[in-house]
Amino acid sequence: MTGLLHALLGRLPIGWLQLTHSRARFAAALAGVAFANVLVFVQLGIMNSMATATLKPYEFFSADIMISASDANSMTDGGNVARQWMLQALADPDVEAGTGLFVGNVSWQRGAQSLGLTTYGIDPTESRFLSPDIAAKSSILQLQGAGLLDRFSRGLPRDEAASIRPQTPLSFEVSGKTLTLYDTFAGGGGFGGDGYMILSDQTYLTMFPKRSSSAPDHVLLQTRPHVDAAKVAERLRELVSDKTLRIRSYADAAQEDLSYQQTKRPTGIIFGFGVIIGILVGIVIVYQVLSTDVSDHMREYATFKAMGYGHSFFLGIVLEEALILGILGFIPGLAVGTGILTGMAAATTLPLEMTVGMAIAVFVGTVVACALSGAIATRRLAAADPADLF
Amino acid sequence: MDSKHPIAARNLNHWFGTGEARKQALFDINLEVELGSLTVLVGPSGSGKTTLLTLLGCLREVQDGSVDLLGHELHGASGALLTALRRRLGFVFQAHNLHNSLTARQNVVMGLQVHGNLPAEQADAAASHLLGLVGLGDRLDYLPANLSGGQKQRVAVARALVGNPDIIFADEPTAALDRVTSANVVALIKRLGRERGTTTVMVTHDNRILDQADRIVTLEEGRIVKSIDANA
Repeated sequence: MTGLLHALLGRLPIGWLQLTHSRARFAAALAGVAFANVLVFVQLGIMNSMATATLKPYEFFSADIMISASDANSMTDGGNVARQWMLQALADPDVEAGTGLFVGNVSWQRGAQSLGLTTYGIDPTESRFLSPDIAAKSSILQLQGAGLLDRFSRGLPRDEAASIRPQTPLSFEVSGKTLTLYDTFAGGGGFGGDGYMILSDQTYLTMFPKRSSSAPDHVLLQTRPHVDAAKVAERLRELVSDKTLRIRSYADAAQEDLSYQQTKRPTGIIFGFGVIIGILVGIVIVYQVLSTDVSDHMREYATFKAMGYGHSFFLGIVLEEALILGILGFIPGLAVGTGILTGMAAATTLPLEMTVGMAIAVFVGTVVACALSGAIATRRLAAADPADLF
Repeated sequence: MDSKHPIAARNLNHWFGTGEARKQALFDINLEVELGSLTVLVGPSGSGKTTLLTLLGCLREVQDGSVDLLGHELHGASGALLTALRRRLGFVFQAHNLHNSLTARQNVVMGLQVHGNLPAEQADAAASHLLGLVGLGDRLDYLPANLSGGQKQRVAVARALVGNPDIIFADEPTAALDRVTSANVVALIKRLGRERGTTTVMVTHDNRILDQADRIVTLEEGRIVKSIDANA
């Protein structure tokens, strides 16, 4: 290893030799870096999972523009939208189709356990508004009382979810009415409920008798191909100009929901703080490791300085150490971080996962933090006379 | 510098500390060191020998007066100039100051590498040769922790000499050495002076070295009180 680094650096790999001189200290330094990595991975994982979970229901449907009530910050809150607005929007030459989307909560009593299902009601014959996965199974929804269940619902055993097939449906009762689950789709519990369920609009209306078919929660519109949905939404806003409505492109609606969750809801703010605290603590740990190493070798560096080595040489050593610690600490950090996220995902059914983007960001961040810490720690060396450091 | 005097100090004063605690360590030092000579600084402890040595050797900032080293004024010199000058010097410190994570040979290679990156084999060969000269040919790959005090000091001497310095500064270099090694080290330094014109300034109490000195400068309480030219 020393020989390889020597060839690579074109000089003695002082950083490597220094770090590996004391194995116990090296192990402690690596553990520190790995711990900092794990900390940031877990916090990032939690924050990302909220983004994934928030955007998840938008994936069930296929639309270009969404009309919601002005107080609807997400799919599940806010008032209704009168169906007449859909008809008015359909008058626009660029709008091809529209449908109503109903949202509600259904509580599935499973013995002592209760599953809160975020439930959508939509016209199953308009399968163009459904994601391909769900559209393929939507025809069965035309049966009265039929439903599709999120197979990743929290508290639902995997084998039980797998047994729900059209040949072997599963029925349960909710407030005296029977729902029959014929198939499943891939959802995944979010922060709002335990899982998702999709019904036809007719079944939905029998489940929620107080709701009216003329006032869905949202209206989904599809534009003609190759039309800018944002521009059409803009035009519809002007046309309708009703303050009780929010007319946005579907993509904007999803993004605004996400930023609402992240910046206005306590959970999102807490997760954001978690990431900031995680990064700060990680930086402090890494700074401790590097600055301790530099001060431990101050006498030796002073000797090198007296021999005529310039500051760039010391920065080189520090950078070498930063890379070594960054790489060797990252490997266990990534392994443990992935393990913790996987474990937490299994326990909560939240979409907690290690992503390539997170891994790259944490690795680069670690090396940069290591290098900066070391560079800051060598400033004393740059300022002092060598004779004062012996 | 005139070509005969690689080191010339004029009206050199130096203080330590600030404010009330400020204390003058050197008073009006004037000293010229001849090319290729061995100059020895002697005096009781606290007389300013080491301070003077570090001022002449670019290890301390010159506060007042002038030091001309190898043709460059050190008073107010830039960091880049100091770094460049240090590369032309060899320093043997009172404490050996070896890098604990590097072997004897790697420590010596550091003295060579400062001049640019040589191929590893070439640098190793030069370092091995110098370690052989100081009697450590069989300790090349030992870490400092596994060497005796005298052996460490000899590694430090080899490190100072390997880069063919113009001037060697040495602070009690033979304090930890036995009689034979001490004589070897001094003989080696003398020989370099003769063959390559290397100038040496050394702080020492060692009488065996005083006999070989070209000049003996005595300091007391920060002043040069006596300067004897042995060759005169």
